[in-house]
Amino acid sequence: MAWNWQVFCQETTTNEHVPGCLAGFAKGGDQTYLNWIITAWGWTLSVALSALVVALVAGLVVGTARTLTNNPVISRLATAWVELFRNIPLLVQIFLWYFVLPGIFLPLREIPSVVLVVLALGLFTSARIAEQVRAGIQSLPRGQRYAGLAMGFSTAQTYRYVLLPMALRIIIPPLTSESMNIIKNSSVAFAVSIAELTFFSRQSGEETGAPIEMYLAATVLYAISAFVINRIMTFIERRTRVPGFVASAGGGGH
Amino acid sequence: MKKQMWALAVSALAVGAAFAQANDTISKVKSSGAISVGVRESSGALSYALGDGKFGGFHTEICQRIVSELEKSVGKKLNVTYQPVTSQNRIPLVQNGTVDIECGSTTNNAARQKDVAFLNTTYVEEVRIAVKANSGITNINQLNGKTVATTTGTTSVQHLRKHERAKSVDFKEIFGKDHADSFLLLETGRADAFVMDGSILAGNIATAKNPADFKIVGDVLNVEPIAIMIRKDDPAFKKFGNDVIAGMIKSGEMTKLWDKWFLQPIPPKNVKVGLTLSESTKAAWAGPNDKPMEDYAKK
Repeated sequence: MAWNWQVFCQETTTNEHVPGCLAGFAKGGDQTYLNWIITAWGWTLSVALSALVVALVAGLVVGTARTLTNNPVISRLATAWVELFRNIPLLVQIFLWYFVLPGIFLPLREIPSVVLVVLALGLFTSARIAEQVRAGIQSLPRGQRYAGLAMGFSTAQTYRYVLLPMALRIIIPPLTSESMNIIKNSSVAFAVSIAELTFFSRQSGEETGAPIEMYLAATVLYAISAFVINRIMTFIERRTRVPGFVASAGGGGH
Repeated sequence: MKKQMWALAVSALAVGAAFAQANDTISKVKSSGAISVGVRESSGALSYALGDGKFGGFHTEICQRIVSELEKSVGKKLNVTYQPVTSQNRIPLVQNGTVDIECGSTTNNAARQKDVAFLNTTYVEEVRIAVKANSGITNINQLNGKTVATTTGTTSVQHLRKHERAKSVDFKEIFGKDHADSFLLLETGRADAFVMDGSILAGNIATAKNPADFKIVGDVLNVEPIAIMIRKDDPAFKKFGNDVIAGMIKSGEMTKLWDKWFLQPIPPKNVKVGLTLSESTKAAWAGPNDKPMEDYAKK
């Protein structure tokens, strides 16, 4: 198999070789495939990171709500949320947001597709993060909740000062996988016209006749992105570890 | 563990090399008594699955004619297998011998001619614009400020980009995951136009809820010769195939096939595609050639 990495220096309309691969950014007109893949990477990261913010906020709220044992209405609503977003495939959810909901609620048509995709991806992931938050809170000894209440804290204060600070630190390892997943899951955004890495590889592969090179390049960028997220999360995990409570690498459990 | 990996890699290479050697299709078919025909599962009326492992379409039927002529010439009944291929794997599968003749919807272009060979052009695809019938749009210059849909992974995206740059028409592009999605973009009003191969547009309109709501308008944006693909460096088989095609054109059988697949109701839904024989295709039949797409752009 002969590799043809030169394709990245080709212009995207004429397929002519451009000296100095990155010329496109300066001139504005001629764009090479290298310019394009970098732009596509930018889209992948912006979609994934925005969706991660949505997912963390919604997941935290919903996950906490599921553990509110003294408020069954709210906790059932939260359970319904989790089941709704967890039981439908992500690609189907994206199409629901893009085609079905705007058909029912007309104002949604004005919203750019990137916002819809961030919402879809974010809420899908929020259901999974909510479950982790719930598991984190429920893994704490029951005595912690009682201790908070015995101190005279309200429920909100018990969560704010006692339960969440512990629970959130315990669940950082599963949150790491979720954050890496969101980078990879963002690849479905190509289905609603976001020019991200998957879109790039499908399109440029057809244009250049070098699909394998294009897929490999996109694969490397996905892997790098997910790995950087992994390193950042590991750093956070190390800095926020509760001494003696979370198993340290190689050490014993609590 | 490592040794096993090596053994695996070496045997994979050996298998690859063995496949790559078969270059004389006619004698290969003669000795094995089998031929593998590459088909597409959804290339419109050119080649598509009928269900039950059967395939039909304009190009598929031309291939079936070539195969039956081949049976006559080698003097025995061949064991024909239909191998569905995709845009991503069709060229490697033809190169490594898994597929002897590919009858899908492959554009003959200069880049592909480096890897494979093409029979004479049997169908010339025209890139056109589909719009809603009541939109009042009649050509591409009216698309200024509008949204244009096309399908990810097609050459139409590149044509649009070229057009936008050359004519400085400023439109917004959106991309469907596949042709059905792109058509949905037009149907739901997310896009004002859908730019794609004429046969795909006609096929999607034919199967739409209200075919009368849509029409194909404007100039031909680009033409692409679509041809049957075979392995490279096999002049005997290429001549054989081209002779069959020339015979079909001469006898009028080709026109009949066009009528059957593009103007009459076709299975499974019994809907008409409704695509009349274009001037470009007529010209390709009048002067058979295997010129790549790039040669069409020059004139």
